[in-house]
Amino acid sequence: MVPPSFYLILSAILFALGAAGVLIRRNALVMFMSVEMMLNAVNLTLITYSRLLDNIEGQVFVLLVMAVAAAEVAVGLAIVVAYHRHKDSADVDEMDLLKW
Amino acid sequence: MLDYVWLILLFPLAGVLINALLGRWLDRRVVATIASLAVGASFVVALLVFFAMLGLPAETEAGGNGRERIMPIFSWIVAGEFEVEAAILLDQLSILMALVVTGVSTLLHIYSAAYMHGEEYYNRYFTWLNLFVLMMLILVLGNNFLVMYVGWEGVGLCSYLLIGYWFEKKSAADAGKKAFIVNRVGDFGFALGIMLIFASFGSLAFKDVFPAASTVLPGTATAIALLLFLGAAGKSAQIPLYVWLPDAMEGPTPVSALIHAATMVTAGVYMVARCHTIFEASPSALNWVIWIGVLTAFFAATMALVQKDFKRILAYSTISQLGYMFVGMGAGAYAAGMFHLTTHAFFKALLFLCAGSVMHALSGELDIFKMGGLRRKMPWTFATLLVGVLALSGVPLLAGFFSKDEILLGAYESGALIPWILGTLTAALTAFYAFRLLFVAFYGKPRMDKRTQRQLHESPPVMLVPMVILAVLAVLGGYIGLPRFVGLGNAIDEFLHPIFAGSLHAAPAADHTALEITLMAVSTLAVAAGFVAAYWIYVRNWGMGERMTRSAQWLYDIVYNKYYVDEAYTEVIVKPLRILGDFMTEAVEERSIDRAVNGLARLVGLAGEGLRRLQTGLVRNYALAMFIGIVAVMIYFVIRSIWAL
Repeated sequence: MVPPSFYLILSAILFALGAAGVLIRRNALVMFMSVEMMLNAVNLTLITYSRLLDNIEGQVFVLLVMAVAAAEVAVGLAIVVAYHRHKDSADVDEMDLLKW
Repeated sequence: MLDYVWLILLFPLAGVLINALLGRWLDRRVVATIASLAVGASFVVALLVFFAMLGLPAETEAGGNGRERIMPIFSWIVAGEFEVEAAILLDQLSILMALVVTGVSTLLHIYSAAYMHGEEYYNRYFTWLNLFVLMMLILVLGNNFLVMYVGWEGVGLCSYLLIGYWFEKKSAADAGKKAFIVNRVGDFGFALGIMLIFASFGSLAFKDVFPAASTVLPGTATAIALLLFLGAAGKSAQIPLYVWLPDAMEGPTPVSALIHAATMVTAGVYMVARCHTIFEASPSALNWVIWIGVLTAFFAATMALVQKDFKRILAYSTISQLGYMFVGMGAGAYAAGMFHLTTHAFFKALLFLCAGSVMHALSGELDIFKMGGLRRKMPWTFATLLVGVLALSGVPLLAGFFSKDEILLGAYESGALIPWILGTLTAALTAFYAFRLLFVAFYGKPRMDKRTQRQLHESPPVMLVPMVILAVLAVLGGYIGLPRFVGLGNAIDEFLHPIFAGSLHAAPAADHTALEITLMAVSTLAVAAGFVAAYWIYVRNWGMGERMTRSAQWLYDIVYNKYYVDEAYTEVIVKPLRILGDFMTEAVEERSIDRAVNGLARLVGLAGEGLRRLQTGLVRNYALAMFIGIVAVMIYFVIRSIWAL
């Protein structure tokens, strides 16, 4: 059996990659994908502990996170598409209309 | 029937609601009819309750008051220990007041329907009038001090609104404000008194407070009594707070008759009668009451001697007669005071209605020296005014005679000799100014201009009928309180006896027919002297009044200007307050508070100006800030958990 620490390490790597992606990339679409990666990294951790501690709540929580992520993507993508149609770009650095 | 006593309050309330909400779209006749019917129905209920009450035994088997009922309406305030229930207290005193209030109000409403005919805010007038009746009834029927206070403030409000009814006229608006502010001084005392009552007795209900009145320290009782009396002095226009009542004559005449003669101004007398146990628990409070009362009676009567304005003469007369009532209260002759309150309500309302009738005929003229000879042109008004004047001055066999003598007898019996002398002197002055009013306005040659003279006319029957009814009451009203020596029993004294049973002078004194007759003869002589003097000066030797005025011009000036009390109040109270107010506006409000607030606003603005640079608009900056924040929080928790190990 693969030891649980392997899963946790993989999850940490995925999370770090996702966080770096959010901070570094300028394309809104790629940032979204990075956020999804972070969410799934967390899901992986939850599943791992759920198995390890033999507690079903972790899995329930994962389902909840997935549902929220789906909703978030639906809204986020709609915004990105709308913005792209308007400005012909998905560069977040150009989205600064609301600043001072 | 006793269970339906709440109907007394319901009818005026309905009248207020209908006329306030729908009055604008209703015909004038409908508005007046609704208002009059509302109060009339209330009067009928009060009458039925009164007769039902007479059917009950005056004393229960346990020796209590058999005619007293407390009817809860709703629980008003419940906060821990503090409980106030809005309930109706029905007993002899409250039903007497309710009868006087609703009875006189009904007549006044009918009179108003004609008198106010041409006025613009017809429905507003009747709404306020009905509201006044409602508030007055709440005042007299309340079972605790807080409910009484609601009525107390309510009638004050209605008084203010109705005095300032012609608010386009500056003097009327000012008079309304003056009445309100002067009353506020008294109400302040009343409110403090109520708080002190709660602090000392732990309850505000009459049934808890009065039996316990003798258990508090005499000093506390004095403080409570004097604070309550300050409230009474404000509402009932006694020294030093009487100044608002003469100015209140700016209101419509039926309002003067109803509120500023018959009902509202007697609220103070009622309150003192209701709280007599508290006043008696204090060694000195009743002395204050009797002295303030008699001084007010005397000085107001002297001021009435020289006034030229029909209604102002009556206003000073009202103050003076209220003084009499307080003499009765202070002497412990509570029933006599309430008796005078009742008869005064009849004849003073009548006199005011006559004033209204005269104003109606003379297109608003009020100076009695510009009238004269009205006797033949206005026979009905003359006849009713004559009855009113006779009753007011205390001519034997009319209402004022019996009630005033009861009070003077009470004062004499209680040993207050100087108040008795002043009171008798006041009786002479009263007769003088009352007959002066009658003689100057209705006898002699007409002194108005030709045009007014041609237009002179008697008032319509709608106005005359209430006047005639009040005149009948002013004659018959006295027979509910016949002197003891007549042997027929003093009906009002016996009726009210259970209320005042425990008071100091409750036990009927030993038979002293001789004393009673002597006192009566003395006061009748005083009245006769006043009458003869007025007849001599204003009928037989017309012009003598003017000569006398000239020979003592300085004295006349002082009295005519009401002893310069208004001016003194302006100098001593109003002006310093204005200076303080100006100081508060400029130094405190504008220079301190405003500047502090503005400075704070500027500080916040500057801070925002600096901090808005943080809002870069770049998503990645925000994400980085979040990331750093989360890492910081995590580091904190990690360190803390290591620390805990």
